[in-house]
Amino acid sequence: MKISRSLPFRNLAGKPVRTAVLIFLTALLSLTVFGGTLMITSLRTGLRSLESRLGADIMVVPYEATTKSNLENIVLQGATGYFYMDHARYEKILSREGIGQVSAQFFLASASSGCCSLAVQIIGFDPETDFTITPWIKKSYSQTLQKYDIVVGNDLNAFVGDTLSFYGTECHVAAKLDKTGTSFDTAVFTNQETIKALIQSSIDLNMNTFRNINPEQVVSCVLINAAEGYTPEEIVNDINIHIKKVKAIQTKEMISGISDSLQGVSRIIGILILIVWILGIVILLLAFTMSVSERKKEFAVLRVIGASRKKLAGIVMQESLLICLAGSAAGILPGLLILLPFHQLIEEQLNLPFLLPNSGAILGYVIGAILASVLTGCTAAAASALRISRIDTALILRGDN
Amino acid sequence: MILKAEKISKEFIRETKNSNRFLALQETDLTLEARSLTVLTGRSGSGKSTLLNLLAGLMLPTSGKIFLDEQELYAMPDQVLSRFRNQHIGVIPQGQTALHSLNVLENVCLPYTLRGEDAHQAEAEALLEQLDILHLKSAMPAELSGGELRRMAVARAVLRKPELLLADEPTSDLDDENTRTVFAFLRQAADQGAAVFVVTHENDAFRYADRCFRMDGGRMQEQSAD
Ligand SMILES: Nc1ncnc2c1ncn2[C@@H]1O[C@H](COP(=O)(O)OP(=O)(O)OP(=O)(O)O)[C@@H](O)[C@H]1O
Ligand SMILES: [Mg+2]
Repeated sequence: MKISRSLPFRNLAGKPVRTAVLIFLTALLSLTVFGGTLMITSLRTGLRSLESRLGADIMVVPYEATTKSNLENIVLQGATGYFYMDHARYEKILSREGIGQVSAQFFLASASSGCCSLAVQIIGFDPETDFTITPWIKKSYSQTLQKYDIVVGNDLNAFVGDTLSFYGTECHVAAKLDKTGTSFDTAVFTNQETIKALIQSSIDLNMNTFRNINPEQVVSCVLINAAEGYTPEEIVNDINIHIKKVKAIQTKEMISGISDSLQGVSRIIGILILIVWILGIVILLLAFTMSVSERKKEFAVLRVIGASRKKLAGIVMQESLLICLAGSAAGILPGLLILLPFHQLIEEQLNLPFLLPNSGAILGYVIGAILASVLTGCTAAAASALRISRIDTALILRGDN
Repeated sequence: MILKAEKISKEFIRETKNSNRFLALQETDLTLEARSLTVLTGRSGSGKSTLLNLLAGLMLPTSGKIFLDEQELYAMPDQVLSRFRNQHIGVIPQGQTALHSLNVLENVCLPYTLRGEDAHQAEAEALLEQLDILHLKSAMPAELSGGELRRMAVARAVLRKPELLLADEPTSDLDDENTRTVFAFLRQAADQGAAVFVVTHENDAFRYADRCFRMDGGRMQEQSAD
């Protein structure tokens, strides 16, 4: 029977309602801190992932793609769509000054009707020149893609070895990509040979709105990195002035909308954390002060029996420590249970790239949130602990009688 | 153990006619010897509890010194004094002093368990038996009557067999029979070697006492023991 060790525990158990309220409060505190920081980090990681997936300074698309305003939808939001321009424009771009790495891409949207297994955005690249998609595919698939091989995004319900059919053409899933938290998670990637065949099949089936194109003679967009000594702005201006019927865009500008709303969301979460935090400290401070002065006499009795001032302070601190530990567990657990399984839903609701950090980092946030709530609780309790240990015992004993 | 109080006094800050100081206890000398029971009576507000709290090491005197054997009570740092009080001084304070989150037996064992020592349950139960509240050992303080709580406090104060036992109106809520039990109990502690000091209003108390004092307006005077 080690009551001395469990006296703080017994004191808490003796006041179940007050204890429950305090635990709930600290749970709320750690939930906002943990959930909030995890949200912000996931959004940041998502944005960084998107940046590196885009991987090029400049994107050149046919002019009508920008007026139909579907460019950003396709590239950033994962909407399905396609547009084409003459291959000759690609040649013209190649001849401009300041062009470093350059590669063409091909877009095709599949429909979910009988012809195709999935309604997805299909993105084709040229393995000879590609510098954005290949390095990323390399992480999951080290061989070169053969004709009719496809690589699927992480969110798609397709697995390595599956056969998917697009416009009557069978394709073989060679690899599945790692999660990126961006619209690329719902896309399918393939080499230009395959996508040209698919485009042709869609025309043959009369399911492509571009009737009169020759897949061998078109590209959807051109990705460019600026060469040494040239800025992306210069190249964008140069192309927009000198090449007709195309529009060059800096990818940084495309995602500036996303980083703006990300900043907005981050700020809201940050303010929320701050408000809950301040509120938490004030309420905990009041609660601990009240709970201690309510038991002034009991503390005096402990002094009479031979507890030192330090011991009394220790009891108060242990009570708050117990509450904070229980509270942060009660707050972080539901945080994990909400964020881990439902991050996809959150991504869809926010319409922003959202990528959870790795488990090590999450563990770091868990520990951080526990520390934060324990620190807050102990700070709040410290004041009462100090006060109770300072008062003359005989004076407290007179208190209420 | 011998307790020697030399010229102790206590002043409180309080508005009075002439000044804002109030002398609750005038300079007092007192010696409490082992194997003796000393009784202090006096009107309410005369300063009895003030003196007792000073002797218990619970309230710093305004002037004077208190020695327990050779040790000066208020010269000890808090940690040492607390441990000393735990092991050598038993105090029954005025009023109710239960810890409400612990049951009766746990309350009584607290002087041991507070410092992580073995609870000495058997001894505690024997004390409860003597004080006629053993059947309440698992009850919570909220379920007890005032007199039962007093007897619980008595058991708690004597559990460690302290050499100095200070009781502040230990029988204020008790019927005659239980009052006799408690005084016989305190007398027994004195006979077994403790120095016992009891503040009380009971007239019967003189029968158990070796020495008697009376407090009047902060001034203490010895009375003949009969
Ligand atoms: N903390 C304090 N501040 C101011 N005055 C005090 C304080 N403590 C005690 N007093 C005063 O000192 C006087 C003596 O108080 P004390 O508690 O010693 O009386 P008592 O003899 O024990 O009375 P009772 O028999 O009612 O318990 C009282 O007049 C009381 O008002
Ligand atoms: Mg009194």
